[in-house]
Amino acid sequence: MAIDTPVKMLTGVDLMAHLYRRAGFGATRDEIEAALARGYEATVEELLHPERQPDIDFDVLHRFYPDTKEAREIDVNQANWLYRMINTGRPLQEKMALFWHCLFATAFNKSNHSQQVQIQIDMLREHCLGNFKTILVELSRDPAMIFWLDNQENTNDVHNENYGRELLELFSMGIGNYTEDDVKECARAFTGWSIRNLLNTGPFGRNVWQYQFNADQHDDGEKTFLGETGNFDGEDVIEIIVRQPATARFIAKRLYLFFVSDEVDEAAVEELARVYEESGHDIREVMRALFLSDAFRSERALYDKVKSPAEHVAGLMRLIGDHRFPTWGLKDVALEFRYMGQDLMNPPSVEGWHTGKEWIDTGILVERVNFAAEQVGDANKPGIRRIVERLRDRGTLSPEAFVDGCLDLIGPLTLSQRTREALVGHAAKAGPLDLTSGGRAAEGRVTEMLQMIVATREFQWV
Amino acid sequence: MTKKPPTLVVLQLTGGNDILNTVVPYTSADYYDARKRVRIDPEAVLPIDNQYGFHPSLAAIKPFWDAGQMAIVNGVGYENPSYSHFRSMDIWYTAEPEKMATDGWLGKVVREIDPKADNVLTAISFGRGLPRALSLAGVPVASVAELDSYGLLTSLSGVGQRESVLDVFSCMYDDGWNDMGKPTAPPLPASRKGEVLRYMGQTGLDAQKGADILGTVLDRYQSDVVYPNTSIGKSLKAVAQVKFAGLGTRVFYTQHDSFDTHANELYVHGKLLREVSEAVAAFFADLKAHDEADDVIMLLWSEFGRRVKDNGAGTDHGAGGAAFLIGEAVKGGMYGEYPSLKEETLTIGNLTHTNDFRCTYASILERWFEVDAKPIVNGSFEQFAIV
Repeated sequence: MAIDTPVKMLTGVDLMAHLYRRAGFGATRDEIEAALARGYEATVEELLHPERQPDIDFDVLHRFYPDTKEAREIDVNQANWLYRMINTGRPLQEKMALFWHCLFATAFNKSNHSQQVQIQIDMLREHCLGNFKTILVELSRDPAMIFWLDNQENTNDVHNENYGRELLELFSMGIGNYTEDDVKECARAFTGWSIRNLLNTGPFGRNVWQYQFNADQHDDGEKTFLGETGNFDGEDVIEIIVRQPATARFIAKRLYLFFVSDEVDEAAVEELARVYEESGHDIREVMRALFLSDAFRSERALYDKVKSPAEHVAGLMRLIGDHRFPTWGLKDVALEFRYMGQDLMNPPSVEGWHTGKEWIDTGILVERVNFAAEQVGDANKPGIRRIVERLRDRGTLSPEAFVDGCLDLIGPLTLSQRTREALVGHAAKAGPLDLTSGGRAAEGRVTEMLQMIVATREFQWV
Repeated sequence: MTKKPPTLVVLQLTGGNDILNTVVPYTSADYYDARKRVRIDPEAVLPIDNQYGFHPSLAAIKPFWDAGQMAIVNGVGYENPSYSHFRSMDIWYTAEPEKMATDGWLGKVVREIDPKADNVLTAISFGRGLPRALSLAGVPVASVAELDSYGLLTSLSGVGQRESVLDVFSCMYDDGWNDMGKPTAPPLPASRKGEVLRYMGQTGLDAQKGADILGTVLDRYQSDVVYPNTSIGKSLKAVAQVKFAGLGTRVFYTQHDSFDTHANELYVHGKLLREVSEAVAAFFADLKAHDEADDVIMLLWSEFGRRVKDNGAGTDHGAGGAAFLIGEAVKGGMYGEYPSLKEETLTIGNLTHTNDFRCTYASILERWFEVDAKPIVNGSFEQFAIV
């Protein structure tokens, strides 16, 4: 690679919009301008400290829709999560909850207990920027996880390796860094980590479960795990796991792939791994280093990830300014996650969703384009109104300025020459855009242009 | 061999099907020793010979066996089995157990059948996301969640507006070459991002083309066959609908899950097998009613079998599974050796496979599709006379 090519750093609106797309679910131009007044580092600090922002007021939603409280229906829980993504004052907290969910992928379908998975997401949200050891211990005690990977069946009599294996392979170290014997010993350490209240499904669904340690089912014998020997239990094993260099690289890589780029930069990952180790496995410190890193702020990171369906759907809602208050149709919007291949709280397997290019196939591209075009086609939505107003302030626009103005306000988004030419060609057919005296027809040209922009390949990136 | 172009329907039993409780060795003392609780009792099995019998939930599929239209390949696996679902699936998807690979074996089949990608519907996957088995650069595969809602930019409704915007869409997604061999678009960067953008471009054009054709399928379908109201029932019905429309589709992909029965296996596994067998029976009945059964075979497979000993309520990840082939052209019977359950023959508590899964692939490739199996399965493998 051309090491001597200077990497251009993002600045101003480009950088702030990039930060909000990655650390949250996007921001309107008004929000970006307000953040710019505070500055980049101050904004990062604010994002890193969700506790300094007020939590979302769920009472309003519950008063509108009583069924959203302690909901048992998966569709309602998905709608609740979408409502949070749209309205949270703590965007990074919500994005981190999604990150951990993608990593610790737990599906409700096995237990048919979406409320319990919802409780797991709440736990991930609470600990999302904490110490990795705390996160793994909480995860190992999470009833939805225990049931998902059968650890309630893991007893002194019969070892069930499911959780022990996935903890190592998918949640912390990655395959190739431990032996089959380590898997067995890890599973032994988690014997007796079980669930209280595991009753049959009642007429109104499952009851809420709690973690329970069954001492009589725990294998207290000596274990040799990753070269260390002792009478380990699950917490001891996690303490060993979080100290492994493989774990530092694994978690750094996963964060990098989720927040920075679909392609790993080994040096940048090594740096994050170093921060992980030096901070004593503190995720907030790793995230600070990530957002302040050259890799993140570089032009190379701009729109360098294929957008996940969650980012696509929630981002569009934030763009058009819909569902800022409880109103009809939220559940229908939340179903789009499923249609686009990211059925939240119901991942296809414990491996989670395949990302990058794999978010896109013919069927899903159709879903994404159709949904996005439908949303931005409504000139009555507050976010679209704001775009029209801002364009109107720019006076009569040539076809080029019209296209570029829309691209600026929707992103800023840069298109390939090919895509931009196609749009300018279309715009030129109707001549210059005059929003001051053009009335509804001129506004219709704007929404149509926005519909074509969200249908581009470039809009599928984040 | 059929004269009509041969068609393959794949049904993946995702999660690791417990083969010992599917084709049950109901006279084996070793089986009942190992399976203290998660077992099928001798009186419950549906015997297929004097040693083996089907799980009782396979009643709907058993007539295919009785008619000599069902092949069972026993002891299917590969060296150094992976007990990870995802790695093992990828091994099956790419027909490459030794190193990480990304090209899907069925993607290569599609490229053999339709090298210029003339038909965007040569392969169709029903369900969300594309399994890696069908993934190969330059090979379009339609991925259809629901047949009845397939189409692009359906919200644009002004007179002539959708047409004109769809024109812009094809223009924006086209990285093609004109008749003079000149690129019709400035080249995208030769980076990973450029490669994904090109992929998206092709995907967009394929989607547009496929939607135009698939839009006509539902209107043409008529059938008296009632499919079970399950996800696999719906998928196989959609396969039949597309098949009858005669769009030249040669590979259909479906899957059913989750066979990962670590717990509560007796109930869950029975339910899953019943759902599969009832859907498969309805599908072939539909094909027969439309005189379209002779050019279709179906392959059922799973990424691994399960541990010989049960864990009290279910079974953990194992090895040495079985594959099934169903269809009028299939030469029914048992193929491959059923693995021994004797303690000394097991590999860390798991069945030891008796034949490579690529023997089954090679048999389908050479004998059904009549293509050279070697480059697709990465080597030469013994074939079974299953078709």
